[in-house]
Amino acid sequence: MDSFQSLFEQLFGSEWGIPLFLLTKNLLLILAIIVPLLLAVAYLTFAERKIIAYMQVRVGPNRVTFFGIPWLGGWGQPIADAVKAIMKEIIIPTGANKFLFLLAPILAIAPALAAWAVVPFSPELVLADIDAALLYILAMTSLGVYGVIIAGWASNSKYAFLGAMRSAAQVISYELAMGFALVCVLMMSSSLNLGDIVAGQEGGSLLNWNMVPLFPMFLVYFISGVAETNRLPFDVAEGESEIVAGFHVDYSGMAFTIFFLAEYANMILVATLTSIMFLGGWLPPVDIAPFNLIPGMIWLLLKIALMLFFFLWFRATFPRYRYDQIMRLGWKVFIPITLIWIVLLGAVMQLPEAALQSFPLNLWF
Amino acid sequence: MNFLDFVFYSLASVAIVAALGVITLRNPVHSVLLLVLVFVTSSGLWILLEAEFLAIALVLVYVGAVMVLFLFVVMMLDINLDRMREGFWKWFPFGAILALIMTVEMSMVLMSKQFGPEAMQTPEYKSADYSNTKELGQLLYTEYVYAFELAAVILLVAMIAAIAITLRYRTDKKSSDARRQIAVSRDERLRVVSMTAEKKE
Repeated sequence: MDSFQSLFEQLFGSEWGIPLFLLTKNLLLILAIIVPLLLAVAYLTFAERKIIAYMQVRVGPNRVTFFGIPWLGGWGQPIADAVKAIMKEIIIPTGANKFLFLLAPILAIAPALAAWAVVPFSPELVLADIDAALLYILAMTSLGVYGVIIAGWASNSKYAFLGAMRSAAQVISYELAMGFALVCVLMMSSSLNLGDIVAGQEGGSLLNWNMVPLFPMFLVYFISGVAETNRLPFDVAEGESEIVAGFHVDYSGMAFTIFFLAEYANMILVATLTSIMFLGGWLPPVDIAPFNLIPGMIWLLLKIALMLFFFLWFRATFPRYRYDQIMRLGWKVFIPITLIWIVLLGAVMQLPEAALQSFPLNLWF
Repeated sequence: MNFLDFVFYSLASVAIVAALGVITLRNPVHSVLLLVLVFVTSSGLWILLEAEFLAIALVLVYVGAVMVLFLFVVMMLDINLDRMREGFWKWFPFGAILALIMTVEMSMVLMSKQFGPEAMQTPEYKSADYSNTKELGQLLYTEYVYAFELAAVILLVAMIAAIAITLRYRTDKKSSDARRQIAVSRDERLRVVSMTAEKKE
């Protein structure tokens, strides 16, 4: 590292050398996060098709394979899909606003990837260990809606526009509940840093995780996360049966695929954040011999995989919500629950020290 | 010019050009989107000033919530630009005077003794573990707690007032009560009728 830094200093002078070195280093680190993430996104689509297929007693994709190996049947499907999407033509409708039409997919995927900057994979492994990480996450997830709104408007189609309007209202409603649920998390850990939030849940077993004292918040956060990513049963923004495909009805080829990737990247992000904030991140469920020997990152990945499985399970199980029911759930159910829980948690935290040190409160405070 | 200067000038020039675009572009949706760009670049400038809490809060509140609603409304409105531009020259003197007064006021404040470059020392650069979220929170909840709570109450009153103004009780709307829909039992919806099977010819 030091030799690289001095190389940059020789090339660009002492004033520009260090910033350019940091820039290059961070770009490479970003690539080291984004490339596995995009691979995970590709294989999440495969997992989704396979899992839903098995739930519906079908086989799912099982044809495309690598080098003709039969037991890898289906594993080449995401690659084949990607190649197909890249080859297809991007059709821009005549009445569309060309610049915004092409900008929208970029705006959809950029926040979904940018939020990963502050996600800790293990106590040491984090790109930007900033103090306001939780706020940053909230800010980035709230930006994702621009892609959907601009796509709906720039397409100049009434179906796309309806999808965009629905999505905007839905995402803003659920963001409130999501934010309030996270307020509880930061009250528990008295820190905005994601690494500190995980460290605060340490204590020997899964009973210490935020999931236990904040169980309703865990449910609210995860369900709001499903709504934020416009996944079933909250996918009225797409609503194939009512408004064709919602905001991306006019998109084709790679532009459509970017929306698709953004949706799945957001799913993985929500699953990761739920694991970090409520399921103890990289901590093992029980801190005894066989479990705590497994590296923390494996535990984090397992938890992410479990949450993602819930996403797919929801999709295979629940029918789509009616629009007014979505709004009712967000405003009349979730927000009151979160507000009550914040007050309750604050009251418990103000208990005398002796009460907080006694069982069961000593597990969490 | 070092790296920080370069970042500052590029962010600042983008912000100024975008701000000019906000008031000159014909399409209101483009204006709103450029306003979003102004907010994002100014939040970048604030990060450059090590005010990361304010910068992220700006993105979270203005870009993430306020401008989305703004965009939402502007897209739904059917704005006739020609009619809006009709009275331009009639109102121009009025607007120009207003702009002039505001410029004079701002220059009086900014160029006064309290705000001049001599009066304001360049703050020291803080180390990487300095958390201005914590500092801000401590200041808000101790020294300025009354002002802070007063602001919160004013916002709450404004919110309740806005809801009260727009709330209309309508008796003719056909909304469904989700609680009653969920509580419905099988007997209310389904009746099994036993009848004798008919013989086919």
